[in-house]
Amino acid sequence: MDFQVVVLAGGTCKKLLPLVSKDVPKALLPVANRPVLSYVLEQLELSNLKDLIVVVEGEDAALCVGGWISNAYVDRLHVKVAAVPEDVGTAGALRAIAHHLTASDILVVSGDLVSDIPPGALAAVHRQHDAVVTTMLCSAPVNGPTESVSSGGKDKIKKPRRYNIIGLDPTKQFLLHVATGAEVEKDIRIQKSILRAVDQMEIRADLVDAHMYAFKRSILQEVLDEKDKFRSLKEDILPYLVRSQLKSEVLLNGVPQAENGNEMVNSQNNQAAVSRILANASTPSFHDLYASSNKGSTLVRRTHKCCAYIASESKYCQCLNSIQAFSDINRDVIGDASHLSGYSFSAHNNIIHPSAQLGSRTTVGPHCMLWEGSQMGDKCSVKRSVIGRHCRIGSSVKVVNSVIMDHVTIGDGCSIQGSVICSNAQLQERSVLKDCQVGAGFVITAGSEHKGESLARK
Amino acid sequence: MDPRRAPRTVSDPKVRKVGFFTDPPDRSLPGPPNHPISSFPTSPPSTVDNSPPSAGNSLSPVMIPPPRHSSSILSPLRRDPPEFFPLPASPTASTTFSDDVASTMKGRGVAAASSSLPGGLLFDIAASSVPASGLTTVSVVNNLPIEKGGGVAVEMQDDQSSRSKSLKEKTTKAERRALQEAQRAAKATAKAEDGKTPAAASGAAASVKSGKSVKPPPSQKNDSAALAALEKKAGDRPPEKDRKKEVPQPRMQFDDKSRVEKAKRRAVVKQTEARNRVELFRHLPQYERGTQRTELQSKFFELDPVHPAVYKVGLQYLYGDICGSNARCIAMLQAFQEAIKDYSTPSEKTLARDLTAKIGSYLSFLIECRPLSISMGNAIRFLKNRIAKLPLTLSELEAKATLRSDIDRFINEKIILADKVIVKHAVTKISDGDVLLTYGSPSAVEMVLLHAHELGKQFRVVVVDSRPKLEGQLLLHRLVGKGINCTYTHVNAISYIMHEVTRVFLGASSVLSNGTVYSKVGTACVAMVAHAFRVPVLVCCEAYKFHERVQLDSLCSNELGDPDVISKIHGREDINFLDGSTNSENLQLLNLIYDATPSDYISMIITDYGMVPPTSVPVIVRDYRREHLWI
Repeated sequence: MDFQVVVLAGGTCKKLLPLVSKDVPKALLPVANRPVLSYVLEQLELSNLKDLIVVVEGEDAALCVGGWISNAYVDRLHVKVAAVPEDVGTAGALRAIAHHLTASDILVVSGDLVSDIPPGALAAVHRQHDAVVTTMLCSAPVNGPTESVSSGGKDKIKKPRRYNIIGLDPTKQFLLHVATGAEVEKDIRIQKSILRAVDQMEIRADLVDAHMYAFKRSILQEVLDEKDKFRSLKEDILPYLVRSQLKSEVLLNGVPQAENGNEMVNSQNNQAAVSRILANASTPSFHDLYASSNKGSTLVRRTHKCCAYIASESKYCQCLNSIQAFSDINRDVIGDASHLSGYSFSAHNNIIHPSAQLGSRTTVGPHCMLWEGSQMGDKCSVKRSVIGRHCRIGSSVKVVNSVIMDHVTIGDGCSIQGSVICSNAQLQERSVLKDCQVGAGFVITAGSEHKGESLARK
Repeated sequence: MDPRRAPRTVSDPKVRKVGFFTDPPDRSLPGPPNHPISSFPTSPPSTVDNSPPSAGNSLSPVMIPPPRHSSSILSPLRRDPPEFFPLPASPTASTTFSDDVASTMKGRGVAAASSSLPGGLLFDIAASSVPASGLTTVSVVNNLPIEKGGGVAVEMQDDQSSRSKSLKEKTTKAERRALQEAQRAAKATAKAEDGKTPAAASGAAASVKSGKSVKPPPSQKNDSAALAALEKKAGDRPPEKDRKKEVPQPRMQFDDKSRVEKAKRRAVVKQTEARNRVELFRHLPQYERGTQRTELQSKFFELDPVHPAVYKVGLQYLYGDICGSNARCIAMLQAFQEAIKDYSTPSEKTLARDLTAKIGSYLSFLIECRPLSISMGNAIRFLKNRIAKLPLTLSELEAKATLRSDIDRFINEKIILADKVIVKHAVTKISDGDVLLTYGSPSAVEMVLLHAHELGKQFRVVVVDSRPKLEGQLLLHRLVGKGINCTYTHVNAISYIMHEVTRVFLGASSVLSNGTVYSKVGTACVAMVAHAFRVPVLVCCEAYKFHERVQLDSLCSNELGDPDVISKIHGREDINFLDGSTNSENLQLLNLIYDATPSDYISMIITDYGMVPPTSVPVIVRDYRREHLWI
């Protein structure tokens, strides 16, 4: 279908700091015991997209990700990994690999997207309207905030979620205005010319950008070349394209006219007639109306289309871009959105690997996952949590709403709630954790109590 | 309605009065029945009170003998209807393209592996401050694995191709060869035998014609056309296929459960059929629009054999972004042009066969988006014919270039130029002070109106529109923008507005060979009212839309649109009374797209071959068909 796929896998994201490390870049963070990148790759594979470019920030991270992909997807996908310097931003990453892009349209997917929306839907909308950019919007997660409320007390002053303010046309197909979360605090400036052309704009705050875009390659490359200040797709390039859609500076119509150039005048007249028939027969979008209303001066159409694909409410879509999101996604993948995990759940709605050992009177509730080689002592209780490989958990341990990665040792009588514990960490006896993040290899001393802290080796 | 309306028995099937005539109830037909000229009204139409004086002589119609339905002439030309409505993905087509997929996939895997860059290789880009990065290939698809979640369609193809392979393996190569030889020999003898019959038949036809020309001689054009047809018939005989398919396959009837099931299995896109269909129209396909769209969208990347340009056009059909038969036909041909441009013949295949199969698969995709119109059917027949007629000696590049220029030629000659000729003819029928009525937004009529306005004629236009598409508003917008005086009304008010109208100009989706005009739903109503008010009805239709089919009603072949469109009114939530009851068992919604206007209501058809009465359509179909297809 002449689409090229770029997966932006990021590097070691600052926002996820205790969780990510040199060995575990963001793309390899386990979600239900599978790297988060695998969700994207599998979704793409399902859509028959097997030729991918994965862009990773940082050489080390690129090696890690490349190694994992070559292990997991040999013979299934054709993946090329590109390493870009850290902190170049999403636009910078694309700029670095721009010379590898050849297809007419580019699908850019963020590597931290956990979603079951078929990318084909986005691409179809993009193609149908012949758009310059199409972005996927999904409804903002409602369970996120409620969860943090229940986690309670001290964490009350939560960071404002970065919701977008998005303006749509009445048919909900075209993107008229985009403002990212940071700008929302200020006044919203809406362009008069766009408003005048469309008559009606629907402003919505309940949609979030799902970090999946389809770009027209020629336009993307042109923008990347000309605006070398642009760092982010979401905050720079997309607003720029949306802003300038009626006074397009990118040369859209240059190519087809060059083709006709050497033909006879007569055939050009015919071409004009053909295009007039086509134009008259189709229902004009506001772009066409705008272009036709002030034609006179310039014959070249100077508009381009920015489209939006709004995923239906029933689809799951979330980005792993914060610690909160990480635990949310983990919970959802083994809970409500269990079809994403790709595992079959037992009758009790949980997964316990056959090689896992449970002590007597230990209960593992629904929406839990206990992976291979893990051992649990007596009288433990696990609720809505993920426990990785080869963990050793003592007796009378309570695990609620938490993620425990591989090779974690937990002493007797610990209580863990709403926390994330990274690989090789050690919890000594009777420690109590609530809403904490424990970095890889960290040791928590016996009897200590932590609440809402981020613990990592210095 | 008007009590003056003449009974329909006046229109004798053999002797038809052509041009603008009144129905004199007392006057019997003078002259012998096979004397068409004498039946032409010699007196000016006096009863038409508001017709301009110039109408009598300017409307000199082409004189054409009454249509002879002698099968000896028509039959070699006749093609079976299924040609125009190819069943989705015939088994042969699907097997070839699935093989094709496999081979391209393999090829891609290899190519990608070889093209992958060595790790650590750095590139420089001038404009960016960020150092370019090389790509490291970390995972390569070596062979094509049977993927786990590859989608139903892919599995289906695998299944089919394996089945066909097993079928092939049953016979050895030598056996197949022998069989082929035998068939070829049989064909050759058959050809030699029937080479005489059509020639003889056409000779007879010519003699009949010349015999008639003792009486009023047929127009120059007609004569030369007959000669040309004679030559052609003698020159290259109709292909074998035409005769083989003489008995037309019945079209897909969607109330036939078993066949629908079969077709469904073949379909590229799974569609849910709408449940509550009107009893009378169960034989037509109707799908739930919502499911159709999401299916198509989510399958985007799995529809690998469909070319992007074709896909785009399909989506535009589905969403109604392109409507109008000319526009749909042009859009389709241009998409095919794109597809041909990007096409390359796989090894061990010939271009003619493989490309035909490919186009067939595109077509089945397009049909799933929206049933083809007759004009598109004719265009496809033309294209397939061109592909079949390609000389084997041509290289692939040359062949592709010829095909693309052929398509260009078709668009230019059959649509653009035809429209110009139609405009030239039709403008003569517009005089100062006229009130012209049109219905919907026909492209040809729009050109006529604009041209007449450019010539400085003073006239007024009544644009009649109908829900749900309200295409007329767009036409109105453009006409008013050009400074033409317009009236806008809906079809409900047609009987009121018809009083002041002096001419009705209509567009058509197709004109069938019994003179029936197949057009946007509502056209029949407009034409009938106009007829009752004795207002001449002129249909502007390019000759490439003519079809030899005969249709008496609009039931047996029609198209069903999205029923939701008529039950909901966009932007008026307060009057959506049907909300909630659309799923009721007792409610059946019918959104017909086309209707058939009987030829009695049509005064004249304006085509690129001149202005003809509806009775002359079969003549044009018969005599110019070969020219249409450039066989």
